[in-house]
Amino acid sequence: MAEIAEGGGGGGHKGKKRAKKQSTRIDMTPMVDLAFLLLTFFVLTSTFSKPKSMELTYPVEPPPGSPPPPAIKNGITMLLTKDDKIFYYEGEYRAADDANGKKTTLTELNFSQESLHKYLAEKNKWAQEEIAKLDVKLKSKQIADTTHKRMVREIKANKIAPTILIKTDDKATYKNVIDVIDELNINLIGKYVTVDILKSELDMVNEKTGG
Amino acid sequence: MSKKPSKGGAPSLDMTPMVDLAFLLVTFFMLTASFRMAEPVTVDPPSSIGQITLPDNHIMVSVDEKGRGFFGISNAAAKMAALREMSKKYNVNFTEEQVKKFSGLPSFGVDIKDLPRYIDASENERTGFQPQKGVPLDSLNNQLRDWISFGGAEAVKIYNEAKTKAQEANQELKAEKPRYAIKCDGKTKYIVVKDIVEVFTDLKIYQFNLITSLEANPNEAN
Repeated sequence: MAEIAEGGGGGGHKGKKRAKKQSTRIDMTPMVDLAFLLLTFFVLTSTFSKPKSMELTYPVEPPPGSPPPPAIKNGITMLLTKDDKIFYYEGEYRAADDANGKKTTLTELNFSQESLHKYLAEKNKWAQEEIAKLDVKLKSKQIADTTHKRMVREIKANKIAPTILIKTDDKATYKNVIDVIDELNINLIGKYVTVDILKSELDMVNEKTGG
Repeated sequence: MSKKPSKGGAPSLDMTPMVDLAFLLVTFFMLTASFRMAEPVTVDPPSSIGQITLPDNHIMVSVDEKGRGFFGISNAAAKMAALREMSKKYNVNFTEEQVKKFSGLPSFGVDIKDLPRYIDASENERTGFQPQKGVPLDSLNNQLRDWISFGGAEAVKIYNEAKTKAQEANQELKAEKPRYAIKCDGKTKYIVVKDIVEVFTDLKIYQFNLITSLEANPNEAN
């Protein structure tokens, strides 16, 4: 390899024995072997990336005796069920037609770009446009970073922006829930919560999926 | 122009740059490597655009596909203290050696009664340990709740101690506040996760980091 020691071979010709010049080179092969062995070991065993996460805050339970929370405006209820299906309805649940509106019916969505993403983008158009305007302002340095953050938060919390209630039956998976929350984050929807499904809603879903 | 006459014999190659590079890389990997202990189960979390890195100081509940809960604390001191508290509450005795060994273990998913046996088992035996049903969390025997409660209290205590120490010495605080994390397999039924979340909200913990694998944000791409 790196200058293999050449003893003997060329020395013996010229009669007189001279003090042979010792080569200063060292055989580096074992060292290199070891170096690469260690290298391979560390490359294979080291873990680089720390896990990424998304933060989620659950609502604090109100103390007993506190007034009931105000009615949700622009509410959309998403019901997650088996086979990666989503059903949704807008507004409050109504068992039958009454003065305020028609009987609640479910509409089906799935996790594709054309379905859930498109629907949510449409619903949150106002906030998305407002935030896009702010992003332009931030880029041209008209507003400070902190102001931008605060204003984005205010827009997300605005009454016009939709509130999403995520409910699952006992067949939906964790991935479904994360996918919906992720899609909400992508579409800049700031108001969402996971809540327990109502019996009437569960019945409607079962009717749609056939049990 | 010095040209070596091409003689027969061993061809020589100057390996110095290569060796330099090899050692540079070895040094780099040695210094950056952080070893991950083998987890008792593989959990494959779903992907999201979440960009927040999980803080080093965390208390984590992992849930596998079958819905078994596994508990782990990153801070070794808090882990040992939590084990002592649990040992008192459930009347399971641990030797000093077991407590020490426990602090080095990754997350575990066994009943506290089986824990001494689990700690004493070798690494290979642990993977096939029976019964590994997850930390019990039903309402009658909610050990997960106690683990989270003791572990959380100890981790916060250690953080506060570090904080006052740093303030007294007028130094920069290096410790992080402990965070609660849930790592869950994508295929787990959501109702199982809901039970775990309820354990947390029951303890008045409302903010978590849900661990997900990274996925590109379509908004930032264009």
